[in-house]
Amino acid sequence: MPLAPFDLPLKGGDRLGALSRLHMPSHFGGGETTKFDGNGGEDTTMTTPSLSAILMAPINAIMRIIDAPLRRLQKATGIGGMAAFFLAPNMLIFGIFVLLPLVINFVYSMTGGTAFFLSERDFIGGAQYSRLFECQNYLDPMSCQEDAFWTAVGNTFWFVVLQVSLMILTALITALILNRELAARSFWRAVFFFPVLLSPVVVGLIWKWILQRQGLLNFGLYQFGMDPYTWLTDRSWTFAATIGVSLWAHMGFYALIILAGLQAIPKDLYEAAEMDGTKPARVFWRITLPLLAPNLLVVVVLALIKSVQVFDEIYVLTGGGPGTSTLFLTQYIYETGFASALRNPGLAAAASILMGGVLVVLTLVQLGIGKRGENKGKR
Amino acid sequence: MKTRSLVAGLALALLTSTAAHAGDVRIMWYSDGVEGEVMKDLVGRFMKENPGINVILDNVAYSVIKEQLPVQLEAGNGPDIARVTAIKELSKHWLDLRPLVKDAKYWDDNFGSQADWMRPDGSNQISGFMTQITLTGGYANKTLFDQAGVPIPGPKATWEDWAAASKKVQESQQVPFAMAIDRSGHRITAPLLSYGANYVGSDGKPAPLDKGAKDYLTKFVGWADDGTVSKDVWVSAAGSTYRAAADDFINGQLAFYYSGSWQVANLATKIGNNFDWVAVGSPCGPAACTGMPGGAALVAVKYTKNQEDVATVMDWFAQEKIVEEFSERTLFLPGHKAVVDKGGLDFKSDNEQAKAALNVFVESTKTTSEAALKLPGWRWSDTVYAAIVTRIGQTLAGELKIDDAFTRIDADIAQKVKDAGK
Amino acid sequence: MGKVARFILRRKGGKGWHWTDVFTWVWLVGGLIIMFGPAVWLVFSSLKTPAALAEFPPSILPYVTSQATVEGYDKPLMLYDAKMPDGSTRVLAEVRRIGLVAQMVDPKAPGEIFKVNINDRAPVRTMSFATENYTEPFVHFDFLRYLWNSVFVTVVATVITLVVNSMAAFALSKYEFKGRSLAMLVILATLMVPLSVIMVPLYSIISTLGLFNSLWGVILPTVATPTGVFILRQYMLTIPDELIDAARMDKASEWQIYWRIVLPLTAPALAVLAIFSVVWRWNDFLWPLIVLSRRELYTLQVGLSIYSGELNVQWHFILAMTVVTMIPVVLVFIFLQRFITTGIAGTGLK
Repeated sequence: MPLAPFDLPLKGGDRLGALSRLHMPSHFGGGETTKFDGNGGEDTTMTTPSLSAILMAPINAIMRIIDAPLRRLQKATGIGGMAAFFLAPNMLIFGIFVLLPLVINFVYSMTGGTAFFLSERDFIGGAQYSRLFECQNYLDPMSCQEDAFWTAVGNTFWFVVLQVSLMILTALITALILNRELAARSFWRAVFFFPVLLSPVVVGLIWKWILQRQGLLNFGLYQFGMDPYTWLTDRSWTFAATIGVSLWAHMGFYALIILAGLQAIPKDLYEAAEMDGTKPARVFWRITLPLLAPNLLVVVVLALIKSVQVFDEIYVLTGGGPGTSTLFLTQYIYETGFASALRNPGLAAAASILMGGVLVVLTLVQLGIGKRGENKGKR
Repeated sequence: MKTRSLVAGLALALLTSTAAHAGDVRIMWYSDGVEGEVMKDLVGRFMKENPGINVILDNVAYSVIKEQLPVQLEAGNGPDIARVTAIKELSKHWLDLRPLVKDAKYWDDNFGSQADWMRPDGSNQISGFMTQITLTGGYANKTLFDQAGVPIPGPKATWEDWAAASKKVQESQQVPFAMAIDRSGHRITAPLLSYGANYVGSDGKPAPLDKGAKDYLTKFVGWADDGTVSKDVWVSAAGSTYRAAADDFINGQLAFYYSGSWQVANLATKIGNNFDWVAVGSPCGPAACTGMPGGAALVAVKYTKNQEDVATVMDWFAQEKIVEEFSERTLFLPGHKAVVDKGGLDFKSDNEQAKAALNVFVESTKTTSEAALKLPGWRWSDTVYAAIVTRIGQTLAGELKIDDAFTRIDADIAQKVKDAGK
Repeated sequence: MGKVARFILRRKGGKGWHWTDVFTWVWLVGGLIIMFGPAVWLVFSSLKTPAALAEFPPSILPYVTSQATVEGYDKPLMLYDAKMPDGSTRVLAEVRRIGLVAQMVDPKAPGEIFKVNINDRAPVRTMSFATENYTEPFVHFDFLRYLWNSVFVTVVATVITLVVNSMAAFALSKYEFKGRSLAMLVILATLMVPLSVIMVPLYSIISTLGLFNSLWGVILPTVATPTGVFILRQYMLTIPDELIDAARMDKASEWQIYWRIVLPLTAPALAVLAIFSVVWRWNDFLWPLIVLSRRELYTLQVGLSIYSGELNVQWHFILAMTVVTMIPVVLVFIFLQRFITTGIAGTGLK
């Protein structure tokens, strides 16, 4: 559940005030209370001093031991060297386990055969790409050689459009409601956040059990005297179910980001608006939404990346059926490259490179729109 | 320093848990039912009898066998012994046990008829043996037939007879569907063969779909359209994913269900006393009345470091009395010739219907056609199965016309053959 | 009571019901049912026998047909409500069923045998929890070993994630150096790489490094999360540089600045990352399934997948073990949930 890297300027002075009150605690929470305002008045109290002191003592000792050689390193390389030192472990792991596979993946996409290991694969240049793009009629996926790929592209497109817009809408409504004066607010927040904690496999399973012919939903209908309906064999219902289930599973996370944004909007703005007798709808459009824009941008970018990559829960729920109506890109890539009887890792790699390319372009476009919006706002 | 001893302890725990000992034999095993338990029991007995060899049974999901094991094998990793279904496709990774086993003749005599399913083409390798033989076949809900007053079609009945009879039952008893077949290329191949289909071309590579295949598939799609055959499982996934229609049968929603011998134990537990069911073998077509054989084999992997120990383990599990006990406790059909010939397996079930069903399957192995017996040992079977399931699934979902599906099936298979041949 | 009701039903401005109040309560109650309902049903389903799981119409609570021991019969017999020819209903025990006719006896007076058409009888059901779904896997399923592996992977991966990500975030937020934007961009780009896409190459790397069938093969590829770096960096950007400059004046080394100033101030964001990391690593399934194929290395999620066979899936065990694996996550959530909102609110995402 990644958060995006935006240099969003810190707004409101309350946080700095909180920081200055901290006056440099000697160690992690030791004897200090970290208090943050601007969260609807909630306190975040860290562990009690005695316990944390006991826990931290050995770690502090280790840190002191590490410090001595590092001082020498700092003397030798200067501050720039220290930057490299801090960045190194992360980048090393990144390099080995993410970037290198990406590069290998690119090389894969230029090779053919069914072997998994590069040494046993033949170089065939762009043949995998041209195979993906070989169509008689570009408007009809069924006329393409890799019809499943284009069906998956089409399905993914509609899924992303519908899922992201519904996601934003429901997350926004939920956040607005949770931001009201409610009794037991943290309970309600927990209710909506709960599904985020479940593994995608469990999410898929639960909903499969609800929607299948012998599932809970049909049982409910049966109680009302209706005939059971096979939701998961009806093309449109199944597609709707994939959207619904992914909303169910992830909405809480985005609602929380928006909620955080809502709580950071200074209360005095609303008080002023109320004094002026501004209508609530107008307050929403003129104050809430503009001040929420940076958070919404984060949510849009993240929701979009996640929804293009949708896989696990849908794979468990529908397996891509009925027919190919919920076959999405990641499933196509997974099945072509890894799971089917005779795999073709090269073709799967080519498809994934194309998908990655589209994602990068989409994200850049959104960031561009976001920047423009921000500049307009600054005017 | 508390922390240091803690860290050291962690490191030690990790080391001991990953180090491999000499004398270890790892068996990768998947379970559909109780066979993992039975196997665990047998492994315990083996180790008591052979104290020098430590057998470790790694129970895994079937998807690990299907998707991850091939990758491990290609990297030269993998277990020492595995229970596998794609035995022909991966045959180049199996260890030749011929020089290692105590009595190669025993193996040839008893497992010879399936040995070709699991060795590279043209060799006389002994790779392992079948833990169970499966055979596809039908089940009828006898209670539904009785209630409808429709006699259950006899052993020579054709697929059309069954369709007509089940349709009558469906109409009289108001159940949602008359028939269902698992979503599986292996299952649907049985009626195709009975209709005279031949997948294997003269060059040993896949031939285009012939008239027999098209005839049955057309009929099947027609039945699905008029509601005789349940579409549910066929449209419930994309690609070649396997789906069983057993739940509908268990709930008494089906008159006739075409699956296979492995369902017996499952049906026995889940149906219990709810209705009477019978196994009826495979319906006939113009060419034959065949089911499709299949099963899972226990094979040795050639990357093992303990070849002798592996052979000892394999020899022990291949013993007649062990195979017999395993089959009786798991309700599997044995793949051991002496055990089959002797007959009279005492299946450990107190369910009379299950015992009767197993005997029907043992009986119907006799009508299995030559073509059906060859397919499990043919390299391209899975390719053909996958293409048929994928495209017929799409046809039933309304995405393809049946003729386009035939063209697509041929094209898909041709493409795979081209991809694989360097 | 009245006070509580008034408190719960408190409305905006206290002036009667605005439509937004109604909408709020509809949304909240609907949310409660939709969000929690499925999980509750999962728990009930996990207590059903395999036969009850396959049954339609399903019951909400687990039921089985009651049985009675009847004199003269060895095995317990199933009890049914049978409609008698005179129209009355009696509880009878079924002796045997032949085709459409059941032979039944009265459990109290087993002498007389009644013949009842099977459509005229309905099973007497009592609630029964199939606890063997839980106990059986515990017996022949190396639960403690899997639990230990899961805990080990989760804890070690989370600790490494926190250290490594916070170091990187510190460098990216508090130092000016050449290639900083590039490093940031690279990290951003990895957000867009789902595991299923790089699985095959990643597998060959793990295998080359000898991490195959090792818990480290599960831990290492996941620890350098782009998400973690972002959350922490955004938060660290809000820490005033003056604090750091002041420390440098006092001859604090860079490591001390990181360790003693920046990290403690980043605590809320670290808490958020810790929670997410625990949830992710605990729920990891696809990758451990690929790397770990030895029984003694299974994590819980991999362990419970062994009940998926080729031809049958033993749902009753899978459901029960799913419930068990959910418990730690729910506990973490219950105890730490307040950090989640406060932490996200503080990550500079405003």
